[in-house]
Amino acid sequence: MNELTIKNLHVSVHDKEILTGVNLVIRSGEMHAIMGPNGTGKSTLSAAIMGDPNYQITAGKIEIDGEDVTELSVDERARSGLFQAMQYPSVVPGVTNFEFMKAAVNARRPDKPVSSLQFMKQFEEKRAFLAMKEEVGHRYLNEGFSGGEKKRNEILQMLLIQPNLAILDEIDSGLDIDALKVVAKGVNSMRSAHFSTLMITHYQRLLDYIVPDQVHVMMGGQIVKSAGPDLAKRLEKEGYAGLRDELGLDLSLTDEEEDWA
Amino acid sequence: MTQKDQNEQDQRVGRSQTKALLKNTGKHGDLFFHDDHQNVYSTGKGLNEAVIRRISRKKKEPQWMLDYRMRAYAAYLAMPMQEWGPDLSGIDFENIYYYNKPTDQKYRDWEEVPDDLKETFDRIGVPEAEKKWLAGSSAQYESEVIYHRMKEEFEKSGIIFTDTDTALQEYPTLFREYFASLVKPTNNKLAALNTAVWSGGTFIYVPKGVRVTTPIQSYFRINMENEGQFERTLIIVDEGASVDYVEGCSAPMYSADALHAAVVEVVIKKDGYCRYTTIQNWSNNVYSLETKRASAGQNATMEWVDGNFGSKTTMKYPSVYLDGEGAQGTMLSIAVAGQGVTLDSGAQMIHRAPNTSSSIISKSIAHQGGRTDYRGTVKFGRKAAGSFAHVECDTILVDAASSADTIPYNTVKNGQVTMEHEAKVSKVSEQQLYYLMSRGISAEKATEMIVMGFVEPFTKELPMEYAVELNRLMKFEMTGSVG
Repeated sequence: MNELTIKNLHVSVHDKEILTGVNLVIRSGEMHAIMGPNGTGKSTLSAAIMGDPNYQITAGKIEIDGEDVTELSVDERARSGLFQAMQYPSVVPGVTNFEFMKAAVNARRPDKPVSSLQFMKQFEEKRAFLAMKEEVGHRYLNEGFSGGEKKRNEILQMLLIQPNLAILDEIDSGLDIDALKVVAKGVNSMRSAHFSTLMITHYQRLLDYIVPDQVHVMMGGQIVKSAGPDLAKRLEKEGYAGLRDELGLDLSLTDEEEDWA
Repeated sequence: MTQKDQNEQDQRVGRSQTKALLKNTGKHGDLFFHDDHQNVYSTGKGLNEAVIRRISRKKKEPQWMLDYRMRAYAAYLAMPMQEWGPDLSGIDFENIYYYNKPTDQKYRDWEEVPDDLKETFDRIGVPEAEKKWLAGSSAQYESEVIYHRMKEEFEKSGIIFTDTDTALQEYPTLFREYFASLVKPTNNKLAALNTAVWSGGTFIYVPKGVRVTTPIQSYFRINMENEGQFERTLIIVDEGASVDYVEGCSAPMYSADALHAAVVEVVIKKDGYCRYTTIQNWSNNVYSLETKRASAGQNATMEWVDGNFGSKTTMKYPSVYLDGEGAQGTMLSIAVAGQGVTLDSGAQMIHRAPNTSSSIISKSIAHQGGRTDYRGTVKFGRKAAGSFAHVECDTILVDAASSADTIPYNTVKNGQVTMEHEAKVSKVSEQQLYYLMSRGISAEKATEMIVMGFVEPFTKELPMEYAVELNRLMKFEMTGSVG
């Protein structure tokens, strides 16, 4: 895939409209970051792009290379190149990490599945690169993983699957600085003309390690401003209220985390 | 719609579903085929005293056995059909063959087995399994064991492994001491019926101190429409001895129902050990109503491992009577019920001596409108001081049309005991499904992975070969559940 285009996207959850017309274009090779106050629709945007059935698209389009994908199921979107590093990855007892990731890779090559031995090599290489413990392959998927281990495990999946566009939903939350560096190393290693990301974050800190080409600010379910990486630094200093007032938006900002799912 | 219409509809749907599954799954669906073997003798449909006399005469049984059969038959007639549990009104007892003898003799070499029968068991994989990893193997077809053999190295240790009819002829004292010592004909109506018309089954005696860790397997095959299979299995594990016994069963898919009503008795003496593994893979026209009971002596261990797939209706609650101090009993079971299938199963742990312990772990999966119920009993008798029981029932419902229930019965007559009970019914979690699918895995494969993960505690207890078999079975069962 070369381009993800989001046109006037409106999304509701439980009949409440969260996204009120999002426009965004991400071209191959570009690193984008979305920032914004709590409850403004950042995670809703990532879930809607990925195809979470709990999020209803009421208007607008999501296109991959000009083709509308809003009718595609989440697994179809994944196979067409999208990836979402989850904010809260699920625990699946009885399914080993290794077996899960191999199934994910093989879902993309039904006619020529990778052998366990081949996959073992790839897995080991990426695991070591992310400084994860050796037994991580044999452990059940996310079972008993610490917050940091879960985030690294998301990045491990990304490295093995090699998607074209990775949505990183608060990949920095709950990480200490060492873990954050490892996660950033993983993402940066993916940088190429065929890879792009959409990072959702509250904090400038992540963007020091994964420097974006563009920063977007969301407020009230829309992207209200887009600029280069300096925008994030300015927000860090001035907060969202300053930007809101500059743009003359009539919005109240809340620090209460709202769970829309 | 009447129950009968409903049953017929379920069958039709089940059949077409099976056909569709067969197309998709290659080897595994082969178990629902039938062959055209002609039996050498049959008592015809239906049951009366004359039929029982003919069975006994055909088997050249001693008088006491015939008398016992007749008494059991009288008890069968006198007992009402049980009213609790699944609906059994669809069983047409008049229309069942109670005894079908497939061959004139029993074989000890697969090369001598008639071609059509050998082909059937080849397709199931019985001779191959025997060659590769079993200490002994037997095969029952309709009413009789047609083949059994034990590898020489094991035979030398003094183990007796034969069919139950042969045991009655060749080991009359041992047989009479233990036959019906645990399951009396009056235990339930189907046990009475089994005692009246029993035929075939496995007989194992493991002498003192002999430990066999290589599994012994028996395979039970129903081939005909309206077949009734009433095998009787008797296992005696003497002091300090051990045995690992595995049984498999399957049948072709027909429109008319078949009845499988087995009785199994396992006696384990002091310090003995028995693991009894069942993988039942009946087609969806078989009523499988079994009575299985074990007695564990001082410091003896009985382990039931029970995998239930298919059948129309299964009722099975294997028990362990913990009769000696320090005895242990476990049940690890998995039940998978799809369309038109009702599995009512569980276990019974009866603590009758001090410091005994038991554990029941029941995992079940209901999909495509199937129903799985856990029905279990734990009893602590007056002498059970210091005993402990643990019961854990987990059920996954794959869709809204499927259902499950947990029905525990507990009786405690001694204050110094500990009992834990956990029961959980959950749906295949939407979050888990979404997570796996967000990696490109299809809904069907993702569901399969979640379900296989759910039963992993069960599969890891099985011998390797059976774990592979079970995984195949699970995948076969789950095909078409989603997407």
